[in-house]
Amino acid sequence: MASAPHTLTPPAGAIRASRKRDSVRSWPLLDRVAFGLCWTVGIGLCAVTAAIVLFMLVKGVAYLRPQLLLESPSASPSQATSGGFLDPIEGTLLLTAIGIAIAAPVGVVVGTWMSEYQRPAGLARAVESSVEMISGAPSVLLALFGLVLFARPALAFLSQTSAGGSVFGKSFLTAGAMMSLIALPLVVISTREALMGVPAHVREASYALGKTRATTIRRVLLPSIKPSIASGVTLGIGRIIGDTAIVVILLGAGLRIEGAGGLPGLSTLRGTGGTLTSYVRYNSPAGEGNAHEKAYAAAFVLLIMVLVLNVIVMRLSRGRAWTR
Amino acid sequence: MKARLSAVWRPGAASQEKRAELAHGALAVGLLVVIALIAVTVFSKAWPSFAHNGLSWFGSGGDVDTQLGAMINGPKDPAHYEYHFRAWPLIWGTILTSGMAVVLGMVVSIFAAVFIVEFAPKTVRTVIDPVIRLLAGVPSVVYGLIGILAIAPWVEHNLISEQRKRSVEYVVQLTGANLSVATLILTLMIVPIMVAIVVSALEAVPKSWTEGSAALGVNRWRTMWRVSLRTVRPAIVAAAVLAAARALGEAIMLSMVSGSRGFAPNLLDGPTALFEPVRPLAATIIDYIDSLSVVPLGQTLYAMTAVLLVSCGLLSLAAWAAKQPMKRYGIRA
Repeated sequence: MASAPHTLTPPAGAIRASRKRDSVRSWPLLDRVAFGLCWTVGIGLCAVTAAIVLFMLVKGVAYLRPQLLLESPSASPSQATSGGFLDPIEGTLLLTAIGIAIAAPVGVVVGTWMSEYQRPAGLARAVESSVEMISGAPSVLLALFGLVLFARPALAFLSQTSAGGSVFGKSFLTAGAMMSLIALPLVVISTREALMGVPAHVREASYALGKTRATTIRRVLLPSIKPSIASGVTLGIGRIIGDTAIVVILLGAGLRIEGAGGLPGLSTLRGTGGTLTSYVRYNSPAGEGNAHEKAYAAAFVLLIMVLVLNVIVMRLSRGRAWTR
Repeated sequence: MKARLSAVWRPGAASQEKRAELAHGALAVGLLVVIALIAVTVFSKAWPSFAHNGLSWFGSGGDVDTQLGAMINGPKDPAHYEYHFRAWPLIWGTILTSGMAVVLGMVVSIFAAVFIVEFAPKTVRTVIDPVIRLLAGVPSVVYGLIGILAIAPWVEHNLISEQRKRSVEYVVQLTGANLSVATLILTLMIVPIMVAIVVSALEAVPKSWTEGSAALGVNRWRTMWRVSLRTVRPAIVAAAVLAAARALGEAIMLSMVSGSRGFAPNLLDGPTALFEPVRPLAATIIDYIDSLSVVPLGQTLYAMTAVLLVSCGLLSLAAWAAKQPMKRYGIRA
C-alpha cells in the first residue's frame, strides 16, 4: 500500500486542551440526548454480554459434573441415566481439526494470491467477491450442497455406502470439508489484510537482495504476519466450533461417534457422530432429548471454549507489528 | 513491475515465479468453481419444486406445515409425487425477523460504534472491544438455548396477557417462542458484525477531517454525526446488508425460539403480531431435515435453499457495491 500522505499534526496537547473546554453540558439538548444514548447502548451491550456469561456460569456450575465429561451419552428418557458428553467433545475436536487443517493452508494461499499477485485484475475482483459470498453463505446452504456433492459415487470413499449402493454422504470428513468453507473466509481476509499492511519497503528490500517474489513471500512476508494468520485461524476455529447446521445435516448429529468400515482411524473419519452444538440442540426443548441440565452443562463447556479462543485472539492481535 | 526487478539475476527464477503464481492462482480460482458448483447443484435439485408450482411457489395459500406433511405422506410413485407448496408464510417470516433485526441492529450499532470510537474512555474501550468479539463468537445454539429456556418462558408469563391469547385463539396459539423473542435474539447476534464494520470505517476517517470540524467549534457528537458518520455511510449500508445476509441464514437459533410453526404473523393484529409464532426459511429447512430423503420434500427444501442462495448472493454483491465509494476517499472498510 502506498504510504498515507503526511498531514500536519498540531502540537501535542492542543487538542486535549480544546476538549477540556468542550463540556457536554454546554451542548444543545439533542446532542446531549445522543451522547447519553451512545453511553447507554455501549454499556448496555457490555451488560447483556455479562448477563449471558453469568447466566451460563451459574447454570454451568450447577449442572456440570466431572463425570459428564468422561461418560459417553446414551439415549434415555431420564436425565440420570443418559450419560455425559464425552463423544460430543471428541466430535467437536475432531471436526475442528479436520476443518482447520483444510482451511488454514488454502486460506493462506488464497489470501496471499489476493494481496501479492491479483492478476488478471478481473479474476482478482471475482475471487474477492466470491470470498465475500462464501463468508455470507448460510451454513445450511453449504451443508445441503455438501450432502449432494458427497453423495456422488466418485466421492464414496469419504463416507459410507449402504447395502443398496447409495452413498450416505454423511461423515466427519465430509462435514469437515464443508466446515473448512466456513472458516476459509476468515483466514483469507486476515492474511490479505495483514499482507497489505506490510510496508512496501520490506518487499523492496528483499527484492534488492535478489530474492524472487515467491521466496519473498515464503521467507519474509508470511513469517512477518504469523500473528495475523494465527488470529484468523483462531477465529475460524471459533466459527467451526459454534456451527450446528452442518453437524445436523452432514454429520448425522448422533449422540455417539460411530465408525464405518474396518480400519481403526479411517473408520472414525468416515463414520458419523455429533458435536457439542448438536448435543445442546438435542437436549434443548426443541430436540428429542429435552434434558435441560445436560444442555446447560454442554453449552457451558462450549462457551468456555469460545472464551478461551477469544482470549487467544486478543493476545495475538496485541502483538501486531505494523498495523496502525 | 516488482517481479521484473527480481528476475534479473537468475535465469531459472522466472519459470519458478510463474509456477508459484499459477499454484496460488489455481486455488483462488478453485473458490470460484466451488461457488459455481453450489449454485448448479442447488438449482438442479430445486427445479422440480419450482417447475410444479410455478411462480405461485412464492405466493400464499394454505398451511405450510400441512403441505409439507402431505409430501411426506404422499404417493411414493415418482409420477404422482405431491409437490403443492406455497412458501409465502415462510418468506414473510424471513422478511419480518431479518428486517426487524437489521433495523433495530442498525440503530444500536451506530450508537455503539460512535461510543466506541469517540466517547468511550480508554479503560472502557479495553473492555468493550473483547465484549463485542465475544458476542460475535457465542454459538447460535447457545443463544437459542438461553432464548428457549430463559427468555421465552419469561415473555410468556409476563408479556402475553390472557386476553391477548384469547383474541387470536381460533387462529394461532400464542407461546413464549414468538416473533419478538426471535427478533430480539437475532438482533443481538447481528449487532457485533455491524459494530465491527462501522467501527473500522469510523476509525479510517482521516483525522484531519474531524479535527477540521472540531476547530470550527463543532462539538464531538455533531462532528461524528455530520462528518464521520456521513463519510462512512457506504460502510453502514454494507454492514446492514451483510448483517441481513447473516440473519437470513440463521437457522438453528430461529428454529429453537421462533415458535416453529409455519404461520405468517398478521400485522393487522396490531401489537399481538409481535407475539405470534413465525418460522423463517432456514429454520424450516432444519426442522424438516430428517425427512430430506422423501424426494418431493427434499426438492422443496432445496428450493428454499435456492431462495436463500439467491438472496444471500444478491446481498453480498450489494454490500460489495456499497463499499466502493469508500475507496474513493482512500478508506478501506
